[in-house]
Amino acid sequence: MDTVSKVREYVVENFLFGDGESLREDVSFMEEGIIDSTGILELLFFLEETFGISVEDHELVPENMDSLRSIAGFIDRKLNGSSAAEA
Amino acid sequence: MIGVLGHRGPDETGLYLDDRVGLGHARLSIIDLSSGVQPIHNEDKTLWIVYNGEVFNYVELRQALERKGHRFRTTSDTEVVLHLYEEEGPGCLTQLNGQFAMAIWDAKKKELFLARDRFGIRPLYYTIADNTMIFGSEIKSIFTNKNITREIDPVAMDQVFTFWTTLTPRTVFKDVYELPPGHYSKISDGKVTFKKYWDIPLFGRREQHALGPQEVCQRVRELLEDAVRIRLRADVPVGCYLSGGLDSSGTTALVVKNFDSDVRTFGIRFDGDEFDEGEHQRRMVSHLNVNHTDLRATSEKIGASLPDCLWHCEKPLLRTAPVPLYLLSEIVRKSGYKVVLTGEGADEVFGGYNIFREAKVRRFWARYPDSRSRPELIGQLYPYIFNNPRLKRTLRSFFAKGLDRTDDPIFSHFIRWENTSRTKAFFSQELSKAIGQYDGYEQVRQSLPADYEQADDFSKAQYLEMTIFLSNYLLSSQGDRMAMANSVEIRLPFLDPRIVDFMARVPSKWKILGLHEKHILKRSFEGILPHEVTSRPKNPYRAPIRRSLVNNKAAGYVREVLSEEALKTAGLFDAGKVTRLLRKAQAVESLGEIDSMALMGVLSSQLVHRQFIRDFSPGPANSISPDLVVDRRSEALKATN
Repeated sequence: MDTVSKVREYVVENFLFGDGESLREDVSFMEEGIIDSTGILELLFFLEETFGISVEDHELVPENMDSLRSIAGFIDRKLNGSSAAEA
Repeated sequence: MIGVLGHRGPDETGLYLDDRVGLGHARLSIIDLSSGVQPIHNEDKTLWIVYNGEVFNYVELRQALERKGHRFRTTSDTEVVLHLYEEEGPGCLTQLNGQFAMAIWDAKKKELFLARDRFGIRPLYYTIADNTMIFGSEIKSIFTNKNITREIDPVAMDQVFTFWTTLTPRTVFKDVYELPPGHYSKISDGKVTFKKYWDIPLFGRREQHALGPQEVCQRVRELLEDAVRIRLRADVPVGCYLSGGLDSSGTTALVVKNFDSDVRTFGIRFDGDEFDEGEHQRRMVSHLNVNHTDLRATSEKIGASLPDCLWHCEKPLLRTAPVPLYLLSEIVRKSGYKVVLTGEGADEVFGGYNIFREAKVRRFWARYPDSRSRPELIGQLYPYIFNNPRLKRTLRSFFAKGLDRTDDPIFSHFIRWENTSRTKAFFSQELSKAIGQYDGYEQVRQSLPADYEQADDFSKAQYLEMTIFLSNYLLSSQGDRMAMANSVEIRLPFLDPRIVDFMARVPSKWKILGLHEKHILKRSFEGILPHEVTSRPKNPYRAPIRRSLVNNKAAGYVREVLSEEALKTAGLFDAGKVTRLLRKAQAVESLGEIDSMALMGVLSSQLVHRQFIRDFSPGPANSISPDLVVDRRSEALKATN
């Protein structure tokens, strides 16, 4: 399963409670109200556990966390050792 | 009908019947214990009243009426209200300083008059079926009539899951309405009319006081002292709720220092620092040297009592906070008390809520949306969620929503309501379809009075808070209903109309000075309360949700009403999503804000559906033997023959 699919499955199960049909890769979690502040921490825990990465405080910005696509890009950059986007 | 309201009036019951009307009353005796049984009539028995509540200035009103020649049979406030109505008609309402719902039958004019106090402290519901108006203090009394259809109103569900409550006059039950606060109704000749006699005051700058802050505080102290004084009028002992916060500490201190140094106080304690105010409560108990009783509201007790609490609320809840107040009134009653003073209303009148300050900061931020420093002020309002540096940017994005909509009349509340609306994702397709294109925000915008637009930003936010949240949530689900469930009356000095009117004329800049909430009230209480109480930031009253609902005490009914079968029978929620939500709540240690509200909203809706739609039963208390029966049916029939 690729990165986007793994994250999608988690988000659909835990934040959309199974209703994932309209979750496109570029949908903003914040703007669409999919994930709130507590949810961001839950998502972070999942990403760190699942992908074996460590997310620094300064990396926890909407540009890295706000959609399936931005999360996938962020994870790929982390796994490839390049620096993550910072705002 | 009155049998099912025994908790509101366990002391006496009475009936009036003629060929047009039937009035029933269940009495909680507080003033004139021996001769106050209702219905009460005027001198020539042409007017009959049933009345729930208190008018605190009845002593002064009675003196004036006696000077005009009125003669009284009792010493009750009820009889004063009736004679004042006889003298002035609906115009009497603006003279009443109190909390009431009443019905007056004019047997001569064949006209029924229904009225409710300014803020809606006391409830009054009605429905019209087969050309008959059926009314009562609680909806369950209306439902005892087997001809009434019991259905959940889809639009009301949309409102509850947006605003935390229905928008007046709607209730969660189809075709059952509340008489809105500050309104009266007349029913005669098959016609029903409604009229607003009072509204939350909105004064323009020209109508505001020219007094300085010091004079304002002096006047507030005088008004509050008098508001407390007349609210101690009772032929039974009066206690006080004491939470440890500014408002209840202030009212209790005024009682102790001026009227009753032995007053009995009652407070709620929680397990865990997140919700508990025990330290502050203890400080006030020691400062005032009062006889205090506290209730420990454990999560298990909250979970176990939720179904009973909802029987009294008669609407879904998104918070568990009402339940501890239900448990507290039980302790009050068991301690031999029927009446307590509470601090409710101060946050609305004096500017205590974060939502007021939040709107102020967001307007300030909206002038320079790219500013990095302005949004930092939001962090000062919510230190308990901004203390995690990892969330700073996310929260900033959250509060930046709608910054371009400062002209929207509902700007102050938009974020809160949008946030709550996310819980509607759990609605079933069937319910969403029935709600259709209904737009609750637009309904609120359309309901605003002409002078709203001229009011300052804070007064606008205050108006929204008082017309939507105060009456239908704070004063009912968290107020009258939770107290009356155990036959206890709450009295609210901060909602004395003289205080509300006076404070509406105080410039907003003094109410929230900079970002300091309730500035005027804090200064008014200086010298009466310890500095620790007047200087500490407000800690909102909350109760745990997840751990109250996911525990052994609640497990039985949670499993039952959230089963796929029960969810499908009610048809309100998507069973698959709710199952996932419950699974998540059981798996995690803490549940997010939206998920918590959704869990509570779904569960409470299902319980309301079970209690009032599927299995409605008025219970064994439905049969009573009235203490007073006035049966004029035969006389009326003779007159028509």
